[in-house]
Amino acid sequence: MSGRTRSFVVLAAAIAVVGLATLFASGGSDPTRTLNERVHEVGAGLRCPVCLNLSVADSPSKLAGEMRSEIETQLRAGRTPDQIRAFFIDRYGEWILLSPPRHGWNLLPWAVPIVGLLAGVTLWVVFVRRRAPGTAGEVTETEHRRIEHELADLEEPG
Amino acid sequence: MSVGVDEDEKDGPAEPEGGVRSRPRWRTVAIVLAPLVLFALLLASGLGRDPRALPSELIGRPAPTFSLPRIDAGDTIDLGDLHGQVVVLNFWASWCVPCREEHDALAAAWGRYRERGVVVLGVSFEDTKEAALAFRDELKGDWPLAADPGSRTAIAYGVFGVPETFVIAPNGTIAAKTTGAVTYEWLTDEIEGALRAGNVE
Amino acid sequence: MPAMVGTLSLALALALAVYGATAAIVGARTGRPRVVESARTAAYSLFALVVVANLAMLAALLANDFSLRYVASNSSRATPTFFKMLALWSADEGSLLLWNLVLGGYLAAVAFRFRRRRPETFPWALAVMFGISAFYLVLVLGPTTPFATLATAPPDGRGPLPLLQNHPLMAAHPPFLYLGFIGFTVPFAFAIAALITGRVSDAWMRITRRWTISAWIFLTIGLTLGALWSYSVLGWGGYWAWDPVENVALLPWLLGTAFLHSVLVQERRGMLKVWNLTLIVGTFALTVLGTFLTRGSILASVHTFAESIVGPLYLAFLTLVLLGGFGLIAWRRESLRAEATFDTPLSRESVFLGNNVLLLVLTFTVLIGTIYPLLAEAVTGGKVSVGSPFFNRNTAPVALLLLFLMGIGPLLPWRAASASAVLRRLQVPMWAAAATAAILALTGAGVVAVIVFGLAAFVATATVAEMVRGVQAQRRAHAISVGHAIRAAVSRNRRLYGGLVVHLGLIVAVVGVSWAALSDRSSEVTIAQGEIVHVQGYDLRFDRLTSREEPQRRVLVAELTVLDPETGQEIVRLQPSLNLYPAASEPIGTPSIRFGTPFNGMLDLYASLVTVENGTRASFRFFANPGIGLLWFGGAVMALGGIVAAWPSRPRAASPRGHEPLAERREEVTV
Repeated sequence: MSGRTRSFVVLAAAIAVVGLATLFASGGSDPTRTLNERVHEVGAGLRCPVCLNLSVADSPSKLAGEMRSEIETQLRAGRTPDQIRAFFIDRYGEWILLSPPRHGWNLLPWAVPIVGLLAGVTLWVVFVRRRAPGTAGEVTETEHRRIEHELADLEEPG
Repeated sequence: MSVGVDEDEKDGPAEPEGGVRSRPRWRTVAIVLAPLVLFALLLASGLGRDPRALPSELIGRPAPTFSLPRIDAGDTIDLGDLHGQVVVLNFWASWCVPCREEHDALAAAWGRYRERGVVVLGVSFEDTKEAALAFRDELKGDWPLAADPGSRTAIAYGVFGVPETFVIAPNGTIAAKTTGAVTYEWLTDEIEGALRAGNVE
Repeated sequence: MPAMVGTLSLALALALAVYGATAAIVGARTGRPRVVESARTAAYSLFALVVVANLAMLAALLANDFSLRYVASNSSRATPTFFKMLALWSADEGSLLLWNLVLGGYLAAVAFRFRRRRPETFPWALAVMFGISAFYLVLVLGPTTPFATLATAPPDGRGPLPLLQNHPLMAAHPPFLYLGFIGFTVPFAFAIAALITGRVSDAWMRITRRWTISAWIFLTIGLTLGALWSYSVLGWGGYWAWDPVENVALLPWLLGTAFLHSVLVQERRGMLKVWNLTLIVGTFALTVLGTFLTRGSILASVHTFAESIVGPLYLAFLTLVLLGGFGLIAWRRESLRAEATFDTPLSRESVFLGNNVLLLVLTFTVLIGTIYPLLAEAVTGGKVSVGSPFFNRNTAPVALLLLFLMGIGPLLPWRAASASAVLRRLQVPMWAAAATAAILALTGAGVVAVIVFGLAAFVATATVAEMVRGVQAQRRAHAISVGHAIRAAVSRNRRLYGGLVVHLGLIVAVVGVSWAALSDRSSEVTIAQGEIVHVQGYDLRFDRLTSREEPQRRVLVAELTVLDPETGQEIVRLQPSLNLYPAASEPIGTPSIRFGTPFNGMLDLYASLVTVENGTRASFRFFANPGIGLLWFGGAVMALGGIVAAWPSRPRAASPRGHEPLAERREEVTV
């Protein structure tokens, strides 16, 4: 087969390997998590009130430690993460959540990256496809070499 | 000075200015600038606000109950026991500078409303018993002080810094809250309001 | 005395700034070179005066002159000398002094650089820089001047914020950041000058090329040092919290990186002219926005120590920059038409455009996340937080796409690629990716790890392959040794090879960051003295607690020994500490870290002391963090790549440069 087809096949094979690897890779975290990990998970979504912008899980401050205790107590008592979050929102307001809850105006920061990406890709496509009128000029050196290559490819046996 | 030939020091030619299409140009300018002006206005709106002021979730809702050990005495103080009285709940710490500033206001309010059954209660936040008592000795306050093991009560009241002061009405709901040092005026206003509400019931 | 000296020098500097701007403009418009010369002299004098002001403050700090409010608030007798010096910029008012110093330095440097020969745009650029200096001088002389005096000097000062005197890294991080931020003033000034004078060819980019790359290098180092400081000092085990101040430092870096790529497209093909001007105005505006957000009392974060009324001043200036910059671009729109178009999606220009688009998306994402709390409050009155989960989730996919582009970009030639050539070049990197993915999958790694590390392998291999290809070409062409070939290849195209090194550095950093993120292993344990606890696959033994008094603080040090669970052998002795400052609300912990090296599996062992009970029991946070060392190393490699790219070439013979869109005109090919 021609050089181009060969390259193509080789690449396709490599992509296939990557794809298979992805499929067979283990699918994520353990379903059984320790209490510590669950506290960490709930804490990671809450903002430490005294240190600003660190999560309760990360913050080294004393109040954060006490909040983690509170989370642990509530988890032991069987409350769900949502209930625990509601407990804190009741007292501190929605501000205590480290991510804005997705309703109302708060959808804006979540929308911007996605909309931005779509807009960006669209812009890219538009720009790249734009053709100035009458750019058909002389053949350049690069294009010349390319034509030679393609002709050579066509003439190869197989 | 003469313009040299080194690449870094030479400009390109000046572009001729076209006066022909000036109208579309101004429209372009306007379209470009409009969102920027809007953005600037939005940013400006943030200037007047105090980044630390938080609306309280708890106003109008029943005050979370607590039963805390006293620092200045041996017993515990329970919110349930104070039902029917106006409670000024003040979260403070010995290391907190505004807490010093507000001490006189609290003492004055305590002095004035004590006989009418108003209770001023200081809850220690992230502090040691020794430091708290030393603070009390230095400033000569005499209202009850309580410790808050594990900051459970602070968390229950949504406290994120000190000082924070709550006024609890006789029926057990939270009538008012403020962050930062309280003033005598604020205290008297809120206490009077809570007392009136209590008399109506 | 220092107050008078300081204020006087700054006032004189302001006068000089106004004079300099006026003289430069007048000299340019009336064609009188001597007037422009006087502006240049004014630049030198301005810098000298600002240096004097900074020295005056330094002297006041070292002499414990507490009649200055700034010294009383940010230093004390007990503060060690080193941190007294650092106090010069550790608080808001003082950092403005540093800002003016760096800005003055750049102004003088630009005046010096063009002392003999200069482009026609030079006087206008100088005027713009004088204008910017004037603004910052007004700020430093204004309501929050560091030279404000107190009626009666207190006997001792309050001392610096504990967090700011805990670690010498505080010394290096702000200067590098400022050198980076303020460095972007130079290309901005020349861009504005080009727009004003109508000389909007790419000369302004060429003139300021090295300045822009240098600013980028400084900003990269500043960001890396900031992350290192956060990791080594703050004790929470992480290095980036998406704190507003961290974000505003990142934003100009993102746009600046986009700019460094898109200038190449303009140089080569004459395209993206409006885009480049927009980018540089945006980058500069972001540096102003950054200072506005952190000093305009709008957002509160770990860093913010400002409660001043200079917010409106900043806002006015920011508005002027945006309106002026974009207004000028819109005004000159006709002169900025592209000279060519993209030939095909499969070309280097298209990939560069893709890179720009993605970096812009990242910039907007981080920007909206940072200012949304402010916007929300303006509109709804309610307060919300936007923290790490938002940023991580929204930047990760875009970052991965960007990495992919980083891999294939160098493989594509300019203008158009023959598909077969590209496919051929893709083979080895794809197989590297496949092999990595397969190995990881077989050893039980998760999907994310497979994708990220597979991609990293792809990019790293593609990048190295490009470097090898270039060197090989030199070897074959001139029959020289490898060493000579490397030198020849690099000197012919510094920006390409410098860029490739930067890409490699970034990949190393990404690998480190991903590795650490995917193995998030931390625990909190309370250990009694003498007890051994098994945590994260290690045995920890709390040996003892010692206490020492320092002039400005009391330090509690816990000795924690990490043991190998199987052999019982000591691996390392960690000494996390708690620092108790008299003015602080709670102790500031200093973590103890055994840094990972290639010899110990790149694994950091990190412990911080949380609380102490009675001196016999202590709570620790213990982390086994793999890969974080690669972040620092990667950052250093990126800076190195930048230096390679910016290194001055041997002076070439003057060659005419017209405006033909085709690239290869000279023997020395630039990227």
